[in-house]
Amino acid sequence: MDETITLEVARYSPERDAAPRFDTFQVPLRREWVVLDALNYIKDNTDGSLTFRWSCRMGICGSCGMMVNGEPKLTCATFLSDYAPAPLRVEPLRYFPVVRDLVIEMTDFMKKLQKVKPWIIRKEEKPLSEGEYLQTPQQLDSYKQYSMCINCMLCYAACPVYGLDPLFSGPAAIALAQRYNLDSRDQGAKERFSVLSQHEGIWGCTFVGECTRVCPKHVDPAGAIQQYKLTAAKEWFKSLLMPWSGK
Amino acid sequence: MKSSGGAPGYTLNHPRWYRTPVSTYWWLGQWTYLKFVLRELTSIFVAFFVVTTLLQLRALYHGPQAYADFQKWLKNPAVIALNAVSFCFVVYHTVTWFALAPRAMAVRVRGKRVPEALIMAANYAAWLAVSAVVASFLLGG
Amino acid sequence: MAGKESGLRMEPFLWTLFSAGGVLAAFLIPVHLFLWGLAFPLGWLKAPGYESATALLAHPIVRIYLLLLCSLPLFHWAHRFRYTLYDGLQIKHLNEVINFCCYGSALLGTAVAGYLLWRIP
Repeated sequence: MDETITLEVARYSPERDAAPRFDTFQVPLRREWVVLDALNYIKDNTDGSLTFRWSCRMGICGSCGMMVNGEPKLTCATFLSDYAPAPLRVEPLRYFPVVRDLVIEMTDFMKKLQKVKPWIIRKEEKPLSEGEYLQTPQQLDSYKQYSMCINCMLCYAACPVYGLDPLFSGPAAIALAQRYNLDSRDQGAKERFSVLSQHEGIWGCTFVGECTRVCPKHVDPAGAIQQYKLTAAKEWFKSLLMPWSGK
Repeated sequence: MKSSGGAPGYTLNHPRWYRTPVSTYWWLGQWTYLKFVLRELTSIFVAFFVVTTLLQLRALYHGPQAYADFQKWLKNPAVIALNAVSFCFVVYHTVTWFALAPRAMAVRVRGKRVPEALIMAANYAAWLAVSAVVASFLLGG
Repeated sequence: MAGKESGLRMEPFLWTLFSAGGVLAAFLIPVHLFLWGLAFPLGWLKAPGYESATALLAHPIVRIYLLLLCSLPLFHWAHRFRYTLYDGLQIKHLNEVINFCCYGSALLGTAVAGYLLWRIP
């Protein structure tokens, strides 16, 4: 099969360009090829200077997120044949600064992730002699969905609030905070509350729901955020009606 | 520019990074964004309904003549057209609200998550029931 | 900053008002709007006359129902419209003016509804 497909790939070299431009490439249209295969073909055969991130090529590392025809996608999980014969447009992940070609700067996300303390917080660790923390299947079920996040940042590329307000914590950070808040082993909900209850935390979210739609791991960050808003509201009423119930 | 809490010498903002500006018309760029903005705009028609209800209450306050005048005003074709458009938007609010509400509440019965379709169906059933009750009061005369 | 702190403390409460207003609007406004805005003026169904309307209003429950129907959806509008202005028109820097106008209007509407429902004979 001698078919090819056209790829329009965004290029940006800070030394040469003032703004991103597009290069057009012809790539073999193999039935089982994904966009990542096409990009690697271009880099190996046509233009070795094409720069992009990738790693596991199986949808678990979260490195290869890019905009394919304006949609945030994992390029290792997006088949060329789904778009043929029309040309494919590949751009770097939206709402992040572009370092070069298809590579974005993700420190902002990393900082926000750190701020919500995505780890088990305990007032006191159990001594080893007491054994491991036990969890029933129900307790696991209450947070398992949010633990599936691979930090691919597709949800940030989909979220218009993040695009408009760079201070917004964003879907993944809040969903991961919830993953730990809902974990029965965790005792850090109050610590995370002070970060999340800011305007840049949950209250900036207007439930657009795009984050959930594009998430490759079905984490449903939008649902996590709305549930946390409900929790925050309940806490508010509790503190109003029962101010003595302590910190 | 010094970093705040990053690795030494790492800058948070580099002039050579390219930042695509977000257009004021960002919401026209995607059908899903447009649907979202239409959903948000339903709140304007909700407010419009409240304003007309307040006008109706004011008419009732001023007596039978004012009430009759208000009923006549409602028959004005422009007002009917506006109410028709409002009705469409208000129904859109209901439909989107029922679609989203189950996601905001993780309802669990005996440990298992209740399927969202069930919650949506319950909402629609309640909507029909409540509408029937209200209609019976207003039509009962 | 004191303004930001107190604003933040109000946010969960404002969101609750938004949600309550949204629920009322979702369940009740369609039938009310359909009847008063379309069915009655177009003659599809017979509108309540002045006597029937005042008879209904004789019950205090009906007045409380109407107060909630007018007030909470207004707060729903206020909260949602505020964020629409932030994201749609990108005028978040005017947030104090926006908040005042939005929630102020909702309070005003509530006051008008309360006054009318209290004073209707």
